[in-house]
Order: sequence, then C-alpha cells, then structure tokens
Amino acid sequence: MREARIPTEELMGSGHLACQGCGATIAMRFALKALGRETILVIPACCWAVIDGTFPHSAVDIPIFHTAFETAAVTASGVKAGLEMRGDFETTVVAWAGDGGTFDIGLQALSGTAERNDDIIYVCYDNEAYMNTGIQRSSSTPVGSWTTTTPVTNYKKRPKKNMVDIMAAHAIPYIATASVAYPEDLIRKFKKAKAIKGTKYIQVLAPCPTGWKLSPELSIWAARKAVTSKVYPMLEITENGNKLTVWKDFEPTSFKEYIKPQGRFRHLKENEIEEIAKGVESSWQRLLAREKMLASIPGLDT
Amino acid sequence: MKKVVMGNHAVSYGVRASEVKVISAYPITPQTHVVELLSELVANGEIDAKFIKVESEHSAMAACVGASAAGSRAFTATSSQGLLLMTEMLHWAVGARLPIVLTNVNRAIGPPWSIWTDQNDSLSMRDVGWIQIYCESNQETQDAIPQAFKIAEEVNLPVMLVLDAFFLSHTYEIVDLLETEQVRDFLPPYNPEIKLDTNDPHSFGNLASPDYYMELRYMIEEAMNDARSVIKRVGKEFGEHFGRYYDMVVPYRCDDADVILVTSGTVASTTRAVIDEMRDEGIKIGALKIRVFRPFPFKEVSDILCSTKKVAVLDRNISFGNHGVFYQEVKSALYGKTDIPIIGYVLGLGGRDVTPKVIREIADKAIKDKNPEPYINWIGVKR
Ligand SMILES: Cc1ncc(C[n+]2csc(CCOP(=O)(O)OP(=O)(O)O)c2C)c(N)n1
Ligand code: SF4
Ligand SMILES: [Mg+2]
Repeated sequence: MREARIPTEELMGSGHLACQGCGATIAMRFALKALGRETILVIPACCWAVIDGTFPHSAVDIPIFHTAFETAAVTASGVKAGLEMRGDFETTVVAWAGDGGTFDIGLQALSGTAERNDDIIYVCYDNEAYMNTGIQRSSSTPVGSWTTTTPVTNYKKRPKKNMVDIMAAHAIPYIATASVAYPEDLIRKFKKAKAIKGTKYIQVLAPCPTGWKLSPELSIWAARKAVTSKVYPMLEITENGNKLTVWKDFEPTSFKEYIKPQGRFRHLKENEIEEIAKGVESSWQRLLAREKMLASIPGLDT
Repeated sequence: MKKVVMGNHAVSYGVRASEVKVISAYPITPQTHVVELLSELVANGEIDAKFIKVESEHSAMAACVGASAAGSRAFTATSSQGLLLMTEMLHWAVGARLPIVLTNVNRAIGPPWSIWTDQNDSLSMRDVGWIQIYCESNQETQDAIPQAFKIAEEVNLPVMLVLDAFFLSHTYEIVDLLETEQVRDFLPPYNPEIKLDTNDPHSFGNLASPDYYMELRYMIEEAMNDARSVIKRVGKEFGEHFGRYYDMVVPYRCDDADVILVTSGTVASTTRAVIDEMRDEGIKIGALKIRVFRPFPFKEVSDILCSTKKVAVLDRNISFGNHGVFYQEVKSALYGKTDIPIIGYVLGLGGRDVTPKVIREIADKAIKDKNPEPYINWIGVKR
C-alpha cells in the first residue's frame, strides 16, 4: 500500500461559512495539513474573516487572531516577536489574506514585513476581487473581467498587478504560487516555507464560484485550467529572488476554454479574447525568458 | 539615579524600567527622540526587547496588537498625524482588550503644518476606550509608564500617556531614573492567562452577531470603571515604592477658593504660580489639574468644584462646534449638582505660549465674567 501523500489530520472543520466550491476554503484545509497544529493564523478582513464562523465558534482547530484589513503582515510580525520574547521559537505564524488585503490595502505593511524579513509565512489566497464586500475589482482582477465596480460596459482594462515580482524585489528567501487544483504541490510548498527562516510569500489561486460566476463543481477545474492555460503560472522563487523555477510539465490548454464557463468574462467579444490571450502568452514567454536569464548568470543562485 | 534628561528620553527610560518585550514605533516630530533612544537601548542590550521598525504608525500599533495578543508587553510612542493614522488600530487594541501602552506627545494637527503643542490629537481619541493620562513633568512622563502597564494589565485596557510637545518633550529637567530591578517588585513580568496559544486554540475577534457585540462593549465600559480605583491604588503603590504619589486629579489651594481654574498638562504648573501670586494679593482662587482624562474623574471633579462659586476651564484644544473638550466634560461632571457658572476658555492652540500673564488675564476675566457665554472665550486670538 502506498503511503498517503496528503496528511490525513484535519485542522479545519466542516461547519465553516463559505459558499459551495469555495477555493479559499480548500486552500486553508490543505495549507493546515502541511503546517500542522503548531501554527497561529492572523486573518484580516476578507472572506476568511467570515468563513471562520461567528463568535463563539471557529472552523479551525488552531489559534486565529483576526485583525484589520491592511495589517495582516505586520500583525503577524508582532505575533512572531511576541512569541519569541516568550521563548517560543517553534510556532509558525501565518498571515492569511485575500488579494485585496495583499495587492491593495495591505501592500504597504506587507512590504515592511518583507523588507525586514520577519519570520512569517504570508499567504495570499487569490480570488481576484473583493469578494467579502460583494465582488468589486482589486488590482489582482485580471484584464477583461467583470466585477460590480467594473461593469461589462467598462470591464477591467488594466492587467493584473504582478505581485510576485513585487515580492521578488524584496529579496525574501521564498516565494511560490500554488493552486487548489494541485494539493500535493501546494502542501509541498507550504512545508518548504515552514522550514525556511524569514519572510515567505505564497500566492494561492483560489477560485470563487460566487464572484467568478462559475458553477461550484467547476472550481477545481478552473484552478487547473488557469495553470495549464498559462494564465496562472506555478513557480517558485528562491535564493533571495535570484532563482526562478517555473512548472512547465503540463499539457497546454487554451485561454478561451479557461474563461468559457466563467460569467465574469462572458461579455468579451472574440477579438477581445484573442487580444487577452496574446497577453497571456507574452507574459508566459517573458517568465520563461527570465527563468533562463537568471539561470545563466553564474554564481547568482548561491 | 538622578539625571538631567529631556521629556522624550524620560519616556524611553520609563520603558527600559518596565521590561517591555516588544517595541514598535515610527518617528515623528516631536516624539523622535523616544524612538532614537529606545533603538539605542535595545541595540546595546539595556532593554531585552524586539524593536519592530515599521513603515508607518498604523503598522506600529498593529505590531503592538500582535505582540500583546501573543502575550508580550508592548509599547509605542507617537504624536499628532501618527496618532491619527493609528486610529483604526487604537480601536483594535481596545476591542481585543490588549494592555498596550502608548506615549503621545501632544502636537497640533495640520493643515497648516504645525509641530507645536495642543491636545486635539489625543482628545480626538477620547471615545476609543483608551485610558488617558496627561503628564505634567519629565519625572511624571517616566513614572507614568510602569504605572500604565500595571493598570493596563489589571483591567485589560490600553493606556495612552500624554505630554506636551516641546514644553516637556524637548525640555530638560532633573529626573530620578527608575532602575529595572527596583521596578520589578512594583510591576511583575507580564504573563497573561489569555493569549494566542497553540495548546489552547481560540479564535480572537471573529464575527460577533448582535447577540454578543453589545455585551463585549459593556465589558469594556465595566473595565473603564474598574480602572478608576485601580489607577488610584497604583498611584499610591507607586508612591510607597518610590516616594512619588499620583492621583486622578491634583487640587491646588482649592479649599476656600471662590474661583477654581481647571487645567491639564504643563499649563497646570504655570497656573499654580499664578494662583500663588493671586493668593498673595488676597484673592481666593485655586486650581484643579485633571490628570486622568479617561476614565473621567467625575466624583473627584464634582467633589472639589461643588464647593466653589465659579469654575473656569482652560482648554488647549477645541471641539469645533462645541467648546473645548475639558469644558464639556467638567460641565457634564457637575450637571445637576450645582448651578455655579462654568466658563470655558480656549487658549494655546498650535503651541501658542501660555504664560503666567495669559493665565492671570483669564483668572481676572473669570472673576468678572458672570455667566457662561454661549460662545467660546478665545484667549489671545487676533481678530
Ligand atoms: C479599512 C477597511 N476598508 C474596507 C473594508 C471593507 N472590506 C472588508 S473585506 C474587503 C474586501 C476583501 O477583499 P480580499 O482581500 O480580496 O478578500 P476576499 O473577500 O476576496 O476573500 C473590503 C473592501 C474594511 N474592512 N476595512
Ligand atoms: S464569496 Fe467566494 S471566496 Fe467568499 S466564501 Fe464565497 S466562494 Fe469563498
Ligand atoms: Mg479577493
């Protein structure tokens, strides 16, 4: 019999408050399997502030400190410092925020934490909009997307902010993207992050059926197609920003197929889809070129 | 050990004596020296703490919140714009019931830019749920810190200590510096029962329905009320340890006074000099300094003021649309207890000097003024 590759212990209960097929919830479940009980979560305003359940209940079996929207990273820095001053150097402190709390309002505090290289794991579960408040655009919302603040008559025209590059510019020891469609890979990355000292940034693609206007049973499907259509590359950046590893071992699928069941892209015309697909391909090529370029500089990855 | 130090450094030495474990702060004039000296004291090992050098005051308070929730004693210092930027997290510290101590150097708010003193920054935080104590000397700015932690850790509310920009922050005075070993008896190390603990997991601050929220707010108010006796007891205990006693209010020659001037901060010292001068002239006048602003010392204030014939409140702040803040508070303390005139004076905003001459002017005017005017008595305004 083969050993289970995904830990069987469940630190997340079933009585949470998320919608059906919520990627953010799946992300937490797998992340906690990797991190284990000796973990403290810091959660700002976001869907997860609600998913946890209402007082006096909680959907997870580890401590959570709920904090203000823009402070996930630095509150976690404070928790870590507080624990260490009590002699606890073991507990993993995890800031767990949405894309709004990361790409937008929490960017400044996150930059501070990363620049100081405080010893926390920062997780952005990326559902590409402000879902908690009812699907408004964030700077993570992809080009072409509808949200309630980017109506179809004026859909999002600017590309998604490249948060991974911003984090790489901070020369932190570990950066990774993950997708809830690849739980083993996700668990591996969280375990790796747990073992590294300093600021670790993991950005998890977490489809939101409610906000993406996607059937809940297609949540995992979309999380996979986002990767195989090159929209959401799976990568790791190590050696303080000097080594980039992009996962390429997949059968490529089309951008059009990825967006088809998602109501948030339904308004797009053929030519607009083609235009966006071109952008996806060029971002992918740029990424591969950078991977090669970094690898070609001798001594950089040490 | 006695040393001549500036008010800001007295703050840093108070932190050193209080065995603070996590400091997080961001520089702003006129508080900067607090941060600089603390950095030095942490770097040279005189304070065994982590100093999280954040990118903003909002983050400074968030870091303190996190550290305190993890069970460590946390401190920050700020002023004016910095305090305002912190607002959201000041509320967070209260709701999370975290005994953080913050020293705020009173500085006027822009625009126009001003670095000089007035109380509008701290008083705009009056409804947040922080205990607020206004200091009058460099000695007090230091002594207030271990007291503040002792009070905070007993009632689980944060404490804001306030001192005037420049008149204290940058002014050198003799301060009897507290030594950590001396203070340990008075303020034992912080070891809270409730904290973030993986062996006893809880979710702190998650969504509370209307069924619960109000009770949690009621408990904060209860704690605020409990703080009254705790502040008094701690002030007395501090006196027993170090010979310097502190209380909610400080009356001065009030016993037979026909007029009492109500003050706070450094204006209180200047006022006492004027009271002495007027007493020498045979004028029956006294002064009442309000040291603790939150919880407001209703009983102490009304006990003292009900025995006089007229009250003049000196406000180095303005609540636009409704007089000075201390004036409002004193009036509410006296409501239904007396019908003596209570007159409000607004002065010294943006660091305008409040000299003995200015106080004397107000005192003379207060003696003549009959009734509280419907409008604010602006002192020294050029119009
Ligand atoms: C300072 C502040 N501004 C606005 C809000 C309202 N708010 C709460 S959650 C949220 C959006 C969260 O978006 P994201 O971080 O992407 O998480 P998601 O809800 O998508 O999971 C907003 C705008 C708030 N709580 N605090
Ligand atoms: S709105 Fe989206 S992210 Fe939020 S709980 Fe529902 S599915 Fe999850
Ligand atoms: Mg989001």
